[in-house]
Amino acid sequence: MSTIDVYWSQRRFGQTARRDWWWVQPLAIFLGLSAFFIYANWAAFQGKFYSWGPYLSPFYSPEIFGDSPHSWFGPKPAWWPAWWPYSPAYLILWAPGLFRVTCYYYRGAYYKAFWADPPACAVGEPRKHYLGERSFPLIMQNAHRYFLYLAVLFVACLAYDVWKAMWFRDAAGHASFGIGIGTLILAANVVLLGGYTFGCHSMRHLTGGRLDRLSESPICQKAYDCSSCLNRRHMLWAWMSLTSVMFSDIYIRLCSMGIWTDWRIL
Amino acid sequence: MATATFRVWRGDREGGRFQDYSTVVSEGMVVLDAMHRVQAEQAHDLALRWNCKAGKCGSCSAEINGMPRLMCMTRLNQLPLDKPVTVEPLRAFPPVRDLVTDVSWNFEVKKSIKPFKSRVPDAPDGTWRMAQKDVDRVQEFRKCIECFLCQDVCHVLREHRKFAEFAGPRYFVHMAALEMHPLDVEDRTAELKGTHSIGYCNITTCCRKVCPENITITENAIIPLKERVADRFYDPLTKLFRILRGGDSRRSTGPPR
Repeated sequence: MSTIDVYWSQRRFGQTARRDWWWVQPLAIFLGLSAFFIYANWAAFQGKFYSWGPYLSPFYSPEIFGDSPHSWFGPKPAWWPAWWPYSPAYLILWAPGLFRVTCYYYRGAYYKAFWADPPACAVGEPRKHYLGERSFPLIMQNAHRYFLYLAVLFVACLAYDVWKAMWFRDAAGHASFGIGIGTLILAANVVLLGGYTFGCHSMRHLTGGRLDRLSESPICQKAYDCSSCLNRRHMLWAWMSLTSVMFSDIYIRLCSMGIWTDWRIL
Repeated sequence: MATATFRVWRGDREGGRFQDYSTVVSEGMVVLDAMHRVQAEQAHDLALRWNCKAGKCGSCSAEINGMPRLMCMTRLNQLPLDKPVTVEPLRAFPPVRDLVTDVSWNFEVKKSIKPFKSRVPDAPDGTWRMAQKDVDRVQEFRKCIECFLCQDVCHVLREHRKFAEFAGPRYFVHMAALEMHPLDVEDRTAELKGTHSIGYCNITTCCRKVCPENITITENAIIPLKERVADRFYDPLTKLFRILRGGDSRRSTGPPR
């Protein structure tokens, strides 16, 4: 392709003729994502207060090795180095974390908010050098679909956790059906995570976007329509599910610490 | 009658400066009306492009208060008139004079894109059969009026000047319209990755935000094309399936089933 001569001088960082509050959105994203990142790491490092009764924090689900009754394969494995702190969250949190890091919505958002590339539309940037997503490391964003596959498994695990959160044990160890506020919070979390995961751009591509003659595959067409419907509000699903994951952990943590009381509805 | 001040960029390739023009404005006026009034009353040599004044020709693209917009579709009651309204040409392209820029680079890019190539006709009379649903998906892309606001706001072109390597959002929309068309059998995936460098796009969504036709450029055109590039070049599992199936599964070349 041909190139063209440059007549305009490149703008300085933050230089723009925009009159609106263009900095509000990237600042809000910066604060929101930073708050979540700090909280998620803090909660993952704790390694305790992550389950209460039938509830298990989504930061720790599935609990592959751990001390709570939700653990799949018993306590911390013997091969884990004694000098290295252990939390069941270490084993799993990387997968949903990388699913969000490579998500098309979040990419656009954090490139602006954290890397100022650009800070906002039609606003001057701090750097002249630009590689985009066509070379290392950002070329790795193309692995998003693989993290999507893992995220779908996580949604299934969290849905199973909701089922388990409906069975409360009494002092004698007998399980009985019930619904607490925590059950509703975990159920809402799964719905929001499902809306985010199944409306993912890669899911939309896999269900039917890759086909040019979608009408010849009615099942793909239906799945594509559903995924596209969720995809139209992908940003909303992304933020709501991020908030719900964090709030679910806070709720279970505070119940576990005895600060909050979980009210039984049924 | 209210008065508003317009800070208009006056100049050419040698340089220029902003000049303030105060003019009377009234209800229902758009920025293009104000520019015409300035041209008629104060600056007879003010150069600006326009044609339809209905948001369909894509001629009157400019940057109004720093954002790329069509002058004919920007109503004055949407702008704060207590301060001067800045009106400047598209910053990504070389200036010709005043508000007119040279956008011919875009047409050069278009020539580098493989054109539509239909499969063999489905019927003996030389006609094709398509499902309406399949064509509906690409209809959105055909709304493009080539105003090049998306090209102007894209930071890959505007800030990083990757004109030699990057096609820009307008042409990803064009390629999406061709690639997703149910009759088209041409393959542009290698060019998308290579000469047109879709990998430069980092999904800022600025192109979608400025599109006067409300084309969902990022979500419906660029990201699906990025996914097709990932299918071909970055996904070993898809590559394995493609080898096992013996070809490209997304594109049927025969008549509809």
